[in-house]
Amino acid sequence: MIEAVGLTKRYGDKTAVYNLSFQVRPGAVTGFLGPNGSGKSTTMRMILGLDNPTAGQVTIGGYPYRKLPNAPRQVGALLDAKAVHGGRHARNHLLSLAQLSGIPARRVDEVLGVVGLQDVAKKRSKGFSLGMGQRLGIAAALLGDPQVLLFDEPVNGLDPEGILWVRNLMKSLAAEGRTVFVSSHLMSEMALTADHLIVIGRGQLLSDMSVKDFISANSADFARVRTPDTEPQLREKLSSALTGAGGHVLPEQDGALRVTGLPLPRISDIAHDTDVRLWELSPHQASLEEAYMRMTQGAVDYRSTIDQKAGLMEPLPPGAQPPMPVPGQGQPGWYAPPPPQQGGQPFAMPQGQPGLPPAGPYGAPAGPGAAPAGQPNPYAQPAPQGAAPARPTAAPAQPSAPAAAPTKSEDAR
Amino acid sequence: MSTPQPPMPQAGPAWQAAPGSSYPTYTSPIPVVRTHLGHALASEWTKIRSVRSTMWTLGVFVLLVVGIGLLTGALVGSSGSELQGENPLAMGFFGLLLGTMCLITLGVLTTASEYGTGMIRTTMTACPSRGRVLAAKAIVFFAVAFVVTLTASVFVALVQIPLLEGTGAKDPSGEEWLKGTVGVSLYLALLGLLSLVVGSIIRHSAGAITIMIGTVLAPLVIALFMFSESLEDVRQALFEYSIPNQLSVFYSNSLTQTGPSGWDPLWIILGATAAAFAAAYALLEKRDV
Repeated sequence: MIEAVGLTKRYGDKTAVYNLSFQVRPGAVTGFLGPNGSGKSTTMRMILGLDNPTAGQVTIGGYPYRKLPNAPRQVGALLDAKAVHGGRHARNHLLSLAQLSGIPARRVDEVLGVVGLQDVAKKRSKGFSLGMGQRLGIAAALLGDPQVLLFDEPVNGLDPEGILWVRNLMKSLAAEGRTVFVSSHLMSEMALTADHLIVIGRGQLLSDMSVKDFISANSADFARVRTPDTEPQLREKLSSALTGAGGHVLPEQDGALRVTGLPLPRISDIAHDTDVRLWELSPHQASLEEAYMRMTQGAVDYRSTIDQKAGLMEPLPPGAQPPMPVPGQGQPGWYAPPPPQQGGQPFAMPQGQPGLPPAGPYGAPAGPGAAPAGQPNPYAQPAPQGAAPARPTAAPAQPSAPAAAPTKSEDAR
Repeated sequence: MSTPQPPMPQAGPAWQAAPGSSYPTYTSPIPVVRTHLGHALASEWTKIRSVRSTMWTLGVFVLLVVGIGLLTGALVGSSGSELQGENPLAMGFFGLLLGTMCLITLGVLTTASEYGTGMIRTTMTACPSRGRVLAAKAIVFFAVAFVVTLTASVFVALVQIPLLEGTGAKDPSGEEWLKGTVGVSLYLALLGLLSLVVGSIIRHSAGAITIMIGTVLAPLVIALFMFSESLEDVRQALFEYSIPNQLSVFYSNSLTQTGPSGWDPLWIILGATAAAFAAAYALLEKRDV
């Protein structure tokens, strides 16, 4: 169990971590997310007693790390895969750590086998690839068979098999009742591995909740409904029926409808009652990536801009179309899915907040005033250039868009 | 990956259902040992013997000490120049003086390379008692440096004495033997230890090596350029207390009026190293790794 209380770290006038309080509990994989430079590694170093906090404290099992009895047997950490002397054999590197921690030498061969490096045990780690270095770092973390494990970006550079292995390793370690705290930028990986998430941005806590709650709270789930393209009037009919039943309908570019606030069977029933055939009725759960992007977009320090190549480009020949920009590049906020609460908290609601009914199956944030209307829906917007003519099927859908928007606005009030 | 994965009981976070209740815990089957300095010594011994820089620096050191020592002995012995009443062990001086560079490098690398590679964070995570790590490094390095220097200097002395027989050099007395072998070895090992401690303070290999080589050479160079009459005393002191001159004191019996004599150089370097060690220890405890 790791517990941070008011953890703050300043380097000169730069505050790397500010007033961070959280708990990492045993028996679960806790993901630690945040943009580059948000203070994840600094926090990990403070947990391990390498950096002294400017204020606040962090304890493991009730002790600050440097006062922890038998620390290397209680806590194992992978901070930086390249934090080894390149001239030393993998085995000697682990042996020196084992000796320092009072761990029998045969354990070294065990962990080398666990991470699959037994064949290169006598090779100097200078020649290791990034993935092999990660494996060596994981071996060092597992050496003491500790109860608390910290991993900073453990899957960097690993091959797909290694990623799968690390994922299963994390889960099995947590299933044994250990505390597993892992930072990563790979959202898809985190969604599969972590049970709980701690998200920081600019050194401050943004969120501390389970993965499921995190996704529902930061990005609305919805149902996608598609009526026959050949009969646009059916779409309008269904749209108004769904709105009448309390759902919120947003048209999508390709003519489908995005419905929130109604469970899937209900949508089916309404369609049946209004005599509309459906081509598609599918649940769509927002991904962790979308939820994460939405939450952290305000806290990103390092953001790419479009490569202008000013003055270097040849002028386009007359009549040529400029290339389509890749969505998301240099367009802040592009990723943001519809916000769950209008004008509500910028970030997720704390779980189990009294007085609020649980979120529906599609995460449609229950309660009035929850409509995503009024906010621009980036998915519904036509692409910047030339998208509409490129999609003839979208053309008949256009009239429905203005029709749907006002109804929603009324609903929101 | 060949690791057998146990079936994953989806560990529904039990703490969510009952916060405040006892958390599941994991207990390792590997027996827990209370660690002490002995563990750190074993670890540092593994570290120092498992990198090539140790072999390189010590190899070059032995080559310099033995090679130059024997070469000097052979040249002086064959030229038949008069060494009337001189200490024959003094012929080992030149090799040892050049060899200091190797010991300085090894000393600095023992600590500073861990900062360069980031290994120090792994080490300090495995042993949160930072002072213990520094002490273990110091002891292991000192022992290695002392044993190697002693072996090399005794070997050179034993070979040189027959080589210099015809030059009229005297038979070295017991104290001269002690000073010319154990004395210089202690001095050089302490100089290396000072480099190790400086490496721990500076945390940068190249910087620390530069500082230590400067410490060895700068006083002589500075003294060389002090022409002014008024600076004569400073010049004299710089010269006498420079590390090469202190090293030569181990081979001379004359008790000079000024400057170190007898075993003085050993006490000087011991004091300097102890002070630097205390500073390094305090900084290590206080600074972020």
